[in-house]
Amino acid sequence: MYGWIWRNLPGPVVVRALIALALVVALVVVCFLWVFPAVSPFMPFNDTTVD
Amino acid sequence: MTTTWPAVVNSSAGAAPATAPARRSSHHTARHANPYRSADQAAYATLGVVGELFITVGVALLAFLVWQLWWTDVEGNNRQSHLVNEFQKIAPTPPPNVAVPGEGPPPVMAEPGEAAVTFASIEIPRWNGEPVRPISQGTDRSKVLDPLGIGHYVGTAMPGDVGNFAIAGHRTTFGKPFNRIEELKIGDALVVRTPDTWYVYRVTSFEIVRPSQGNVVAPVPGDPTAEPTQRLITLTTCHPKYSAQQRYIVHGELDYWAPTSSGTPQELLDAKG
Repeated sequence: MYGWIWRNLPGPVVVRALIALALVVALVVVCFLWVFPAVSPFMPFNDTTVD
Repeated sequence: MTTTWPAVVNSSAGAAPATAPARRSSHHTARHANPYRSADQAAYATLGVVGELFITVGVALLAFLVWQLWWTDVEGNNRQSHLVNEFQKIAPTPPPNVAVPGEGPPPVMAEPGEAAVTFASIEIPRWNGEPVRPISQGTDRSKVLDPLGIGHYVGTAMPGDVGNFAIAGHRTTFGKPFNRIEELKIGDALVVRTPDTWYVYRVTSFEIVRPSQGNVVAPVPGDPTAEPTQRLITLTTCHPKYSAQQRYIVHGELDYWAPTSSGTPQELLDAKG
């Protein structure tokens, strides 16, 4: 999977490494801003209210 | 096995060793070796992808922890101090002298009809070093408690009113406004401020309850049918830390109120002095 991505990135090694880094950063940003906040309310360890 | 392995891991590096044996074998065992070899290769490729998925899930879980334990605090504290600043713009800074307690029953503002409206702030001198925190309407996690900090239980009393002004807040993560709840002692001041009025409550009791014990936020805590006569405040948060097994509850009663235009409560001046 990661090997496939690496082989299909264009350019020399340096360019590939930079693109790969950008992909990783983009993925982390997407997770931090949208995925984790959406998942978090369903986690069972963080409730503060009484019903 | 050893000859096909590099081909699976990295075909650019393993291209030569992988194709060389294939060419050699094509002379005598081509018909038998090729199907065997491709099945083998597929198995390794699948295993490789499965392994990478496991690693990915592991890294994602670690990233979630970093987000939950660090980033939500960064974001929460920023957002909450911004809210307090906005709130103080509509409620001008009181003069620095000691506030003069008001006579008679305190003024009570109407409960906001909309969720997520910030209508008050709270400051607790015992938590020296903690910022002023905003209080917003509702206790929905995704709308109020996660993004805005402290939430007011819908339908419970408003600050200063007879009944129970009940609020909830995170003890860990999302800016953790109630992180230091266990430091509170009986008699400690809980200073709530609406745009026009200070309400100084004093802690009267603590309890640790199950999450289902909703009667701690009843107008008379513990007795949902009783008619309230006191002006109470109740804080709820999770307990133990990093768990949602139980709830840590702090009850308090109104000591006095004062118009914000008359000054700042002695309790806050002492804490800052």
